[in-house]
Amino acid sequence: MSDLQQLYQTIILEHAKTRHGAVELAPLAEAVSRGAASGLSVAESHQINTTCGDEITLRVSIDTETVTELVWTGEGCSISQASASILTDTLRGLSTAEARALLDNFREMLRSRGKIEPDEEILGDAAAFGGVSRYPARVKCAMLPWVAFEAALIEAESR
Amino acid sequence: MTSFAPSSAVFPAHAAQHPELAPLTNTDVERIRNDFPVLHQTVNGHPLVYLDSGATSQNPISVMEAEQEYYEQRNAAVHRGAHTLAVEATEVFEAARDKVAAFVGAEADEIVWTSNATEAINLLAYSFSNASLGLGGPAARRFSLGAGDEIVVTEMEHHANLIPWQQLALRTGATLRFIPVLDDGTLDLLSAADVVGQHTRLLAFTHGSNVTGTINPVAELVALARKVGALVVLDACQTVPHLPVNVKALDVDFAVFSGHKMLGPTGIGVLFGKAELLAEMPPFLTGGSMITTVNMQTAEFLAPPQRFEAGTQRISQAIALAAAVDYLSETGMERVAAWEAQLGQRLVAGVAEISGVRLLGPGLGVERLGLAAVDVAGVHAHDVGQFLDDAGIAVRVGHHCAQPLHRRLGVTASTRASTYLYNTTDEVDLFLATLAEVAPFFGVKP
Repeated sequence: MSDLQQLYQTIILEHAKTRHGAVELAPLAEAVSRGAASGLSVAESHQINTTCGDEITLRVSIDTETVTELVWTGEGCSISQASASILTDTLRGLSTAEARALLDNFREMLRSRGKIEPDEEILGDAAAFGGVSRYPARVKCAMLPWVAFEAALIEAESR
Repeated sequence: MTSFAPSSAVFPAHAAQHPELAPLTNTDVERIRNDFPVLHQTVNGHPLVYLDSGATSQNPISVMEAEQEYYEQRNAAVHRGAHTLAVEATEVFEAARDKVAAFVGAEADEIVWTSNATEAINLLAYSFSNASLGLGGPAARRFSLGAGDEIVVTEMEHHANLIPWQQLALRTGATLRFIPVLDDGTLDLLSAADVVGQHTRLLAFTHGSNVTGTINPVAELVALARKVGALVVLDACQTVPHLPVNVKALDVDFAVFSGHKMLGPTGIGVLFGKAELLAEMPPFLTGGSMITTVNMQTAEFLAPPQRFEAGTQRISQAIALAAAVDYLSETGMERVAAWEAQLGQRLVAGVAEISGVRLLGPGLGVERLGLAAVDVAGVHAHDVGQFLDDAGIAVRVGHHCAQPLHRRLGVTASTRASTYLYNTTDEVDLFLATLAEVAPFFGVKP
């Protein structure tokens, strides 16, 4: 597999098209009060990659300890879109502690410049981003939704 | 360098006026490439194809040698000190100014060194801002802005020629207006005649678009400004490096360009201002080297250009920029322009052959710069750039510091190939062939 194919693995290109979790977001206030009615805390984060203008708004719903729902809207390159799509599949249903641990592992792998082999046992489909870590200019693309998740989670927990 | 009418300067006809300089060919360009060491390397296993000169150009050996020679033999602070090195440094520094001035048809005292073109525009904006506060006295009143005054830009500006004016408007209470862009990436000149009106005090626009390659009709826009007594600022960053430009023939009040886009080093830019205007403008940056008499409460300032050159200057960069100007002059700007016009048309023609790829800006046969920004349907510009980089082809991706223009053209980002005198037709063809492979790789059906 060439470096380019390693970067753009089939699963990444597929997720970039199918975009799991991508929806037209209802107004936040509405989502917050609807969540509160069923015992959920809802928060979102908007992140922009200033180098290319990619952006994402990712919304998190949690109950006392579980990530119950993840939805997002945004536009960007195939890496950032696939990353958001795989994030929703990977983190939905995890405990907030598990989600954070996975996020840390993902970040460490991405920042390793190819030195850390992605652990599929931990990362699942998100391991497909292993090739990205060899392209420092693209790490931000892959991290964008995860940074949004991290910020939204903190916000949701503080509500 | 002789003067040329700018709007017609792009086509090869001009080369005929200088029969001693035959039009450039690929053979000439291969020889030129030998002067640029950076071009001779492989990237990702492929020979580097550098198509990002619109962002920054490469340096010929002579430019790097000029900088090195300065540091090896003459390094000293200019315009101060009486020792031999200081005198010599001052001489070469000012000779560089003479050379750059002549290159664009200006007088030496009309050339102000800045760090880059962005700083040159900010120098103007802050000088006008200071004039609006009453600094510079009655003579500077012509630069003063306030409520009811209008600053006009265009929708195709680089952020460097937009945001300083937005900020100036915010500081002074003036209103910022803009000339809209048409679908084909050219200015809506019918609207321009309405937008530039009796309240317009300043018209700032780009000579050539860094995205669409559009070359704006300077004479027509200057005429609109003159009719209402507005000052004209020309962003010549994309034209001075690529076309013969004569600021006097263009009759603009101010023009800016940057060294690193014209074979020179980073860290140096140029502000041209008509002598009688610079003479009345209050300074922007203040401090050493720009004063005559200093008291504890007040200071008097030197005449231009020193009034606008506070602190130790970019000496080695100015000298290296002069070497870049020598390189361009020896090659001949008419020949550079004609060669790039040819590369530009080749790009445009090639892009038109690829289905699912949209060219931003004027199409085949229309005068344009030697660059092409494209949108590949279904593939984000960042991914297009990655695919090209894998083949050793360096292009710019993103909004190219022109978000409003991209928005106007209905895209968030684009992929831009921009040429210079060292690019061959083979390189353009390789770019086009690789561009055609992008959509299939990403599984997008054209």
